[in-house]
Amino acid sequence: MSAGTILQFVLDILSLGSLYALMALGLVIVYGILKLVNFAYGELIMVAGYTLYLLNASPFPWLVMALAAILMAIAIGLMTEFVAFKPVRSKSVTAVLITSFAFSTLLQNAALLFISPRARNVPLPDIFTQSVEILDVVIPIRNLITIACALLMLGAFSFVMKRTVLGLALRAAASQFTMARMVGIPANMIISLAFAISGLFAGVVAILWLGRIGSVVPGIGLEPLLVAFIATVIGGMRSLLGAVVGGYLLALIDVSFNYGLSQQLLHFRDAFTFTIVILILLFRPSGLIKGRETGLRT
Amino acid sequence: MPTWEPVNQRGLKMLKVENLEVRYGAITAVREVCLEVSVGEMVCLLGANGAGKTTTMLSIAGALKSTTGKITFNGRDITSFSPERVLREGIAMVPETREVFPDLTVRENLVLGGFIHRGDHRKNKAQMEEMLALFPVLRDRQDQQSGTLSGGEQQQLVIARAMMSQPRLLLLDEPSLGLAPTIVHHIYEFINKLRSTGLTILLVEQNANMALKHAERAYVLSLGRIARQGPAGEIATSSDLKALYLGS
Repeated sequence: MSAGTILQFVLDILSLGSLYALMALGLVIVYGILKLVNFAYGELIMVAGYTLYLLNASPFPWLVMALAAILMAIAIGLMTEFVAFKPVRSKSVTAVLITSFAFSTLLQNAALLFISPRARNVPLPDIFTQSVEILDVVIPIRNLITIACALLMLGAFSFVMKRTVLGLALRAAASQFTMARMVGIPANMIISLAFAISGLFAGVVAILWLGRIGSVVPGIGLEPLLVAFIATVIGGMRSLLGAVVGGYLLALIDVSFNYGLSQQLLHFRDAFTFTIVILILLFRPSGLIKGRETGLRT
Repeated sequence: MPTWEPVNQRGLKMLKVENLEVRYGAITAVREVCLEVSVGEMVCLLGANGAGKTTTMLSIAGALKSTTGKITFNGRDITSFSPERVLREGIAMVPETREVFPDLTVRENLVLGGFIHRGDHRKNKAQMEEMLALFPVLRDRQDQQSGTLSGGEQQQLVIARAMMSQPRLLLLDEPSLGLAPTIVHHIYEFINKLRSTGLTILLVEQNANMALKHAERAYVLSLGRIARQGPAGEIATSSDLKALYLGS
């Protein structure tokens, strides 16, 4: 294997893994607090995509449009909390899961009804389609942007969680929610903050994901949701680090199969991937990074 | 260390619980509980396992909602307040389960203890220094993950963390639970130091002898009701204390 192929292999894993890690973090931040999976998470990506599409005709520069798309994902993330979670938070898990699914379906159907069931191209700057050549290997710049963006996001997120009082409050609420309230951390603020951060991750993921596929459809959120869910399950549902590790590991598995499987077997790549996921879970049922038992659902 | 309450306020009623009733589904854990705590007092709430002590404390702290009854603090009705609001009123609770935030360091736990004063860095810093001076072991271990501390150290941490909010009333739930006798002795030394500053304390204990030795007044809960109340010395010599503990 040449140095160029190895470089390409590593960069493919890093770029796909970065994307998967961001997807997984957005999902696990809410799970950490509420002990519930937000099934409307994929729709935040869809909303950001359609915001970018609708702003196509606007005179704003692309960066402003991208920022607006991310802000919209944050706003809808907060709305998910107010509409789907808050009214039934104290009820059964089933009730919250149903409202979460319902909100997801509502958003998808709104996109179908008011925009179109067909794919819509989103505006992207040229840099997303350009490539650079390193060691005789053509590397899409969007892959490098994804890696840089993930490093920036993970670094900033790590700083906030470790060095700021709000980050500490989030971590405390994720481990002992009632106790966190008893030291004066406001429950509603922390839950809203978790949804806002989740929306921020979804918005950034949307930009990077659309940078790869170029168009948005109402069902665009399903794949990122599934990826995020699998990554958090193999990494560890109770650990933020686990979500990141799970994202990169899933990318390693996917990219390895892309490189190693023949054209005929490549059709069954997902089956192979899930087999490995099952094997991991057989040996590590709580995921690779277990995290602490955090007790009752909020 | 500052005195928590001005001397001229001592003896005034601080906390008043009237006809408190708390249910867990169909089970009534606490009924018709009435108690009072005055400024600067240390009052203990005794009783056997399941008598309703922790339930009463959690209701006062806002973590459990009562079915009926009224809780007033400094004349203000706090019955329906959330735990965050109760803390802002000046009531901090140290739970029996010593719930440190295990992934956070000792210092980070203390920082969160001062969450309600987070805009006032000087106040929080001064309070943290006081707590680290009062609990020297926490100073030595301030960068250690709190989940790795011993039981006694965790107990000191949760007391110090509660004190970071500078409460006027401290609710202490079973501070001796699961600790070796020598450690319990140390914990009560710390509690006495806090008390000497004028802090008002409501203490829940199963270790009746220890609690009665330190408190001024006591309430004994039996099967969810107040079965006895009076000066600690009187309760300690009461012939039926053992019977009340056994729920007979």
